[in-house]
Amino acid sequence: MQHQPPHILGKGVFKAALSLTLPIAMGYVPVGMAYGVLAGKAGLSAVNVLLMSVLVYAGSAQLVAVGLFASGAALASIVATTFAVNLRHVLFAAAMSPLLRGWRKRELAAFAFELTDESFALHAARFGRGDRDKGLTLTINVLAQASWVGGTALGLLVGDVMGDGRAFALDFALPGMFLALLAGQLAGPSQVAAAVAGAGLSLGAAALGITGYGALAAGLAGAACGFGVEKWMMRKPV
Amino acid sequence: MDDAKACLTIVAMAGVTYLTRSAPLLALAGRTLSPWAIRLLAHVPASVLAALVAPALLRPDGRFDVGLGNVVLWAGLAAFALAVRTRGFFGPVALGMGIVAAARYFLG
Repeated sequence: MQHQPPHILGKGVFKAALSLTLPIAMGYVPVGMAYGVLAGKAGLSAVNVLLMSVLVYAGSAQLVAVGLFASGAALASIVATTFAVNLRHVLFAAAMSPLLRGWRKRELAAFAFELTDESFALHAARFGRGDRDKGLTLTINVLAQASWVGGTALGLLVGDVMGDGRAFALDFALPGMFLALLAGQLAGPSQVAAAVAGAGLSLGAAALGITGYGALAAGLAGAACGFGVEKWMMRKPV
Repeated sequence: MDDAKACLTIVAMAGVTYLTRSAPLLALAGRTLSPWAIRLLAHVPASVLAALVAPALLRPDGRFDVGLGNVVLWAGLAAFALAVRTRGFFGPVALGMGIVAAARYFLG
């Protein structure tokens, strides 16, 4: 073929991936830095701080884990919380599954390793406009994670000069991230009900001194509330 | 926690994270979950995110605080409003961090 789209040609893939990944990287580098600074302060070794960004690669779960590491939480509690925070990825993966029909198992396995909120949003938009190039998709994922790991490394480097990071509002990175992710989830009244119930139950648990698994249990109970509201709305004649 | 135990924790975290990302792609390829399970799962993200963020905003120091001094709450509301409007990610986080940092710098 003479007139292939530029992103199918080797060198062009990388350039196209770079420009598509840039908006994601602009968010990942500063939040990755916040993670790097806070994880360093939590007493994790530099190798472990970087290892988490390489192996886990889930910003909000990593920031939650840092708080748990700092408070001396047990291994099982950190892993269970990570699982709960990342449960939403089940939905992203399930939504991606029909779009990746025809991919080999090992290609799906590689894609899944770097499936994040942001990469899901980007690929869903790309695939929607017919841009389904496999090489480009995987290159975008690798570049996005590289920006996350790079941000982490920067955070480790500047950690000492940033003190506890409060002056730079690093402690807002995690709630800020959750709020931005939450805003993207609130499509419809049942989703709002799930969020309100989850927040209310979590605050109630905190007021009673139930920490650790309290927010987790509240989140799952809140989801059941949202599901109930949705069922009730579907039965109601409009 | 010593380095080896922290490393083990991180590997386990990676395992459960990968499970959430890969299971639907690898195990469900071609098949579909029951509609009931999908609808229940669909409400998990909003609820879990709200459950995690609510205490951080409303109980920043371990007790309920909706006063003007709770800058994290007001910055959070501003960031959330921007996120609802723009569906952006970095903008809202940056706005919130800017508000918190400015409040701490100017108000002490």
